[in-house]
Amino acid sequence: MNRVIARKLAANVSRLKVRQEYFCTDAAAGVSGFNRGQSSQEQKEKNDFANNIQQYDIAIVGGGMVGMALACSLASMPLTKHLNVAIIDSNPALGSRVRLKKGDPPDARVSTVTPATISLFKDVGAWQYIEQNRHAYFHKMQVWDYTGLGYTRYNARDINKEVLGCVVENKVLHDSLLSCIETTDFQKTFHPSRLTSMTLHQSSSSMGMDSTLLKTTSSSLGHLAKLELSDGKSIFAKLVVGADGGKSRVRELAGFKTTGWNYSQNAVICTVEHSVENRCAWQRFLPAGPIALLPMGNNFSNIVWTMNPKEAGNRKLMNEDDFVKDTNAALDYGYGPHPKSSLLEMGDMFSWLRGDVTLSATEGFEVPPKVVKLASERMVFPLSLKHANDYASKRVVLIGDAAHTVHPLAGQGVNMGFGDALALSRVIAEGIAVGIDIGEVTMLKKYEEERKRTNIMMMAILDGFQKAYSVDFGPLNILRAAVFHGANYISPLKRNIISYASGDQRLPLFS
Amino acid sequence: MASKLLNYCHLQALCSRHVFSPRLPHPTRAALTLLHFRPFSDAPSSPPPEKPHSYNNTRNDIGMEKGPIQTPSSLKELELVKFASIAETWWDPEGPFKPLHVMNPTRLAFIRSTLCRHFRKDPNSSRPFEGLKIVDVGCGGGILSEPLARMGAAVMGVDAVEKNIKIARLHADLDPVTSTIEYCCTTAERLVEEERKFDAVISLEVIEHVADPAEFCKSLAALTIPDGATVISTINRSMRAYATAIIGAEYILHWLPKGTHQWSSFLTPEELVLILERANITVKEMAGFVYNPFTRRWSLSDDISVNFISFGTKKVQ
Repeated sequence: MNRVIARKLAANVSRLKVRQEYFCTDAAAGVSGFNRGQSSQEQKEKNDFANNIQQYDIAIVGGGMVGMALACSLASMPLTKHLNVAIIDSNPALGSRVRLKKGDPPDARVSTVTPATISLFKDVGAWQYIEQNRHAYFHKMQVWDYTGLGYTRYNARDINKEVLGCVVENKVLHDSLLSCIETTDFQKTFHPSRLTSMTLHQSSSSMGMDSTLLKTTSSSLGHLAKLELSDGKSIFAKLVVGADGGKSRVRELAGFKTTGWNYSQNAVICTVEHSVENRCAWQRFLPAGPIALLPMGNNFSNIVWTMNPKEAGNRKLMNEDDFVKDTNAALDYGYGPHPKSSLLEMGDMFSWLRGDVTLSATEGFEVPPKVVKLASERMVFPLSLKHANDYASKRVVLIGDAAHTVHPLAGQGVNMGFGDALALSRVIAEGIAVGIDIGEVTMLKKYEEERKRTNIMMMAILDGFQKAYSVDFGPLNILRAAVFHGANYISPLKRNIISYASGDQRLPLFS
Repeated sequence: MASKLLNYCHLQALCSRHVFSPRLPHPTRAALTLLHFRPFSDAPSSPPPEKPHSYNNTRNDIGMEKGPIQTPSSLKELELVKFASIAETWWDPEGPFKPLHVMNPTRLAFIRSTLCRHFRKDPNSSRPFEGLKIVDVGCGGGILSEPLARMGAAVMGVDAVEKNIKIARLHADLDPVTSTIEYCCTTAERLVEEERKFDAVISLEVIEHVADPAEFCKSLAALTIPDGATVISTINRSMRAYATAIIGAEYILHWLPKGTHQWSSFLTPEELVLILERANITVKEMAGFVYNPFTRRWSLSDDISVNFISFGTKKVQ
């Protein structure tokens, strides 16, 4: 764009000369351009002139959990609450939504939010709405293996936290953010539409045009990103945020490349009911992949069960009773014995490590509560890992799944997205503090640097888990069991694993 | 015609309280100290002898047929030519002015915090400078003027290089908020003749390019209202600055065109404080800029051995 400006310079010289004289004369008179009112007046006229054109500071494409978290975070900070934001999402629920009730049937899609995410929600004022709805804090977690060779239990006390996390239905997370933004006087406009095209650097070529009208429009909007929507509207924004998920249209239109692969595995996700309340998060590694049982509150739990695509297809279609039976087997005696509560002969191998035993290490193995019935539909998702090579360029930035998609093994996906939203809103606030154009790439790269490091680390850990547990091979099983025992007894190691998984963002092992 | 700085390992800098008391050294004592540094004079009639090309200034040179500069000024002709040649690249974040773009948020953070405190403005406001008239002397392509305008100030940007002013005007017109900036191809001296006054006078990375720093500071002071603010940043005349800003930034890293800086024209913080004091400006705060090569970011620090910035207020007489 600068080059274009330079090229156009010659053509513009005559116009500039006139302008400059005008300014210098003014300067001599000692009045002039120092009139802010005049500028907003001018701007208003331009807007009126082109009343089809809507201009915003930020356009958030995708009003899902992460996009709304960004809006809430911007609305909550003094330096950003004045911003004029457009939220583009074809989901009609954004405009006219139905209040959720605590007694509503549970949804299959849940997220395990970490303490870091909880504090973000508290800071923006959205957590109170979650507390009015169904949610379940958990303090304990048990991870074991079908071979019966090892298990480990985590407890929030090990890291001096009150909770390890909280399981919340995605619709509750989303609704709490919508409730939160409604209570503010933040200037937001919902566009119930889809993004069809995006122009990031148009304009400069029209700068030299001599037609006054054209010049006015293009010079005031020309530096902005232009978005065309499926309802025919065009909007302009200083910054476009792609919060539009794993198949991000913004990412595609901006030309960001991704790196990633599919695991030849699917996850079956559903909600189940117990006869008693479940208060612990459970994860058992089976030959085909892990099954997780997460407490949701009101005797409900959520199941995330990884298996090969064929099995996943069968389990989605089988009758409910058979599915419940399979699930109970998978969480109990199916595929292999319970790990011994005492440490088998391996206990001696680790005796030298017991100097600093964490509290939960002495807790015995437990069996998860029985599932009595299915409480939602069963959904199947392919597992994949995808990461955008860049998160930001001039006037465009990606957050959440648009920047990185991970399999649901540790329920980390949405936490990474919330971390992105918070980091981006802070970088925008810092930019505003020092008067930088919020679409400036040097500023956006700061966000990218900060989040890429954290996200890649988390993805590498999750990918490593995936690989380590998707192989059913004798010696490896024993090694895995050894790691479990080690993890159960070596306190610093375990603390690091938990605190990283709970969003403290330190490097495991090296901190 | 701001220019740039930097050293790549790290610059750092300082807070006046460590180096000298905020009240400043006694002028006489400071003058003695300065004798060891260099024989500069603050008398306009005797230009520093070591700058042979500084004489006729702009009186009958470059500006004549192109620009409106016809008054004496403290500018050096060669410096003007140097900057005119790279003016078009001002807004290219990867161009010759990249170091300035990278450093910009850091120097703006210093300006924001000192001016908010001095003028009792709300630091949580997105437009804290609303109501302040600020002049950016040596505005170049407008890299500093535009953020100041976004922060709410009524900004005038002046530069002796006409090409810079054209670039700045073109770029500022892209955004309605910055299009209110008044750009003018003129000099601080000429503004003084026009009896212009500003709440704050800011001149960053300029003083090391002027022929007569003392005279230049007097002009800046004359533009400042009583109890108004004057902010100046420059490069220290230290061996480290030589190693980093010239050898490092110009010759090794090629961040800056060779010849951008002349070490002998740099001022030490003590010299700057002294000449400002003689111009009735009391330096209240000083900070250095430190570059972290790992994060590639600048931050404020109290090490003023390379790049530094000072905030002073004009005495009420």
